[in-house]
Amino acid sequence: MSHAPAHEPVTAPGESFWEKLYLPEIARGLGHTLKHMVNSLFGKSFTIQYPEQKPGLKPGYRGIIRLTKDSQNREKCVACFLCATACPAECIRIVAEPAPGEWKDRDKRPATFELNFLRCINCGFCEEACPCEAIELVEEYFPVGTTRQEFIWDKAKLLSIDGKRSKPMEPAKR
Amino acid sequence: MGRGNRPVVKGDKAIRFWDIAVVIGVFAVVMQIVPLLVWAERRISALIQDRVGPNRVGPFGLFQPLADAIKLLFKEDVIPDGADRFLFVLAPALAFFPAAMTATVIPFGAPMLIGGEMLQLQVCRGNVGMMLFMALTGLSVYGIAFGGWASNNKYAMLGSLRASAQVLSYEIAMGIALVSVFMTSQSVDLNTIVADQTGTWMGFVPKWNVLKQPLAFVIFFIAAFAETNRLPFDLAECEAELVGGYHTEYSSMKFSLFFLAEYAAMFSSCCMITTLFLGGWSFPGMPAGETGKLFSLLTVAVFFTKVAVLLFFFIVVRWTLPRFRFDQLMHLGWKTLIPLGLANIAATGVAAQL
Repeated sequence: MSHAPAHEPVTAPGESFWEKLYLPEIARGLGHTLKHMVNSLFGKSFTIQYPEQKPGLKPGYRGIIRLTKDSQNREKCVACFLCATACPAECIRIVAEPAPGEWKDRDKRPATFELNFLRCINCGFCEEACPCEAIELVEEYFPVGTTRQEFIWDKAKLLSIDGKRSKPMEPAKR
Repeated sequence: MGRGNRPVVKGDKAIRFWDIAVVIGVFAVVMQIVPLLVWAERRISALIQDRVGPNRVGPFGLFQPLADAIKLLFKEDVIPDGADRFLFVLAPALAFFPAAMTATVIPFGAPMLIGGEMLQLQVCRGNVGMMLFMALTGLSVYGIAFGGWASNNKYAMLGSLRASAQVLSYEIAMGIALVSVFMTSQSVDLNTIVADQTGTWMGFVPKWNVLKQPLAFVIFFIAAFAETNRLPFDLAECEAELVGGYHTEYSSMKFSLFFLAEYAAMFSSCCMITTLFLGGWSFPGMPAGETGKLFSLLTVAVFFTKVAVLLFFFIVVRWTLPRFRFDQLMHLGWKTLIPLGLANIAATGVAAQL
């Protein structure tokens, strides 16, 4: 047990006569809100007018998925089904066909490659699973649409997306 | 309806075309100011909270209240089981009626000379305007009380109980603040009160009652917040404790009528404060006895500028202050405002004799 040190009587916040008058404190509060109002009138607002303005996406943002092309403008995909197998949401549907005879570097290519963005959870496992860097995530927003059909993208559409590839974030230092 | 201060004589063609125009004009202003206020409230609150607010529908989002109204119209109109159906339907109308009616006693501008006759820009003329105002603000509690009672809901019931207690308590403070204004103006006629506030001291300080009776102004202003159930005195709604208070069970247009009533009451109160304390439609340096049409419209513009400043203040206060606790509310009403008001009356009386 220690003895409390002798001290001057303390006035708790909100207990002084000036504060108990309310009105000066209210004026102070009004000044504060008006300051915020004037600031946001001159553009200091947190709001981003979304469809017109877009916030800068952070590096490593896992956005939509695209198929990549090689130097001869062919899709890199060899229809190995590894991405479809790795996908936890089962949003990838591939139908394989034999590659044309003059394509010496592969046996198969995808006849159809459909990705259902309603099912996709942006986990990036497909990108990790792919042995030939044919599928990757891009730092772009997810599509917006009014019908379910609009969210199922075919091979041509997946190949046509440009944008910055999302870089995996650096692993945390331990 | 009387003309000016003359009594209505039988056979006197008491109602003229322009009188009716004034009635319709005032009603239109009250109805149109509400959507504008809703929009202003949303935009200003947004700016205060570092947001932007509704800015998509129409220029600056001005048509947002219209979109809201359409949405509300298409909502299902629910009457809960066990509700007192008659009172439940009556209550929103009872809430809106006095709020819109109080605007009738306000002189909106200087009298206008039209067709050789003076036209008062006031719907309810005569010298009982103030009494009518007090009576109607007293009535406004019925809509809320009935709404809460008829809903058959404990939260609504508690909200209406609180509203009744609050409005009754602050009515007294409001009335007492008014008495001291009547003492300085020597009249209860709003036109006389406005006329008393014309002119200036030292050429530039307007002789407004806010400078003659600052304490009465503060008391009346605080009481006006309580009478309109606005934050910091919105204990009748009090989302944190009572869901929505008296309008918890209301939906669709019945709810929006309560909503309309709140904003119409706010507008009427601001008109009243302007008339009583801020010189009404008068402005410093005003030529006396002018009756031109343009001058009259100018005074209307002056009046609405003052009202707009007050409404802005009402809105900013709402988004600045937290809600009072109920015992604090009663403490402020009975133990602070009423004694202060009585002291102010005594001081006014003494000052008048000196």
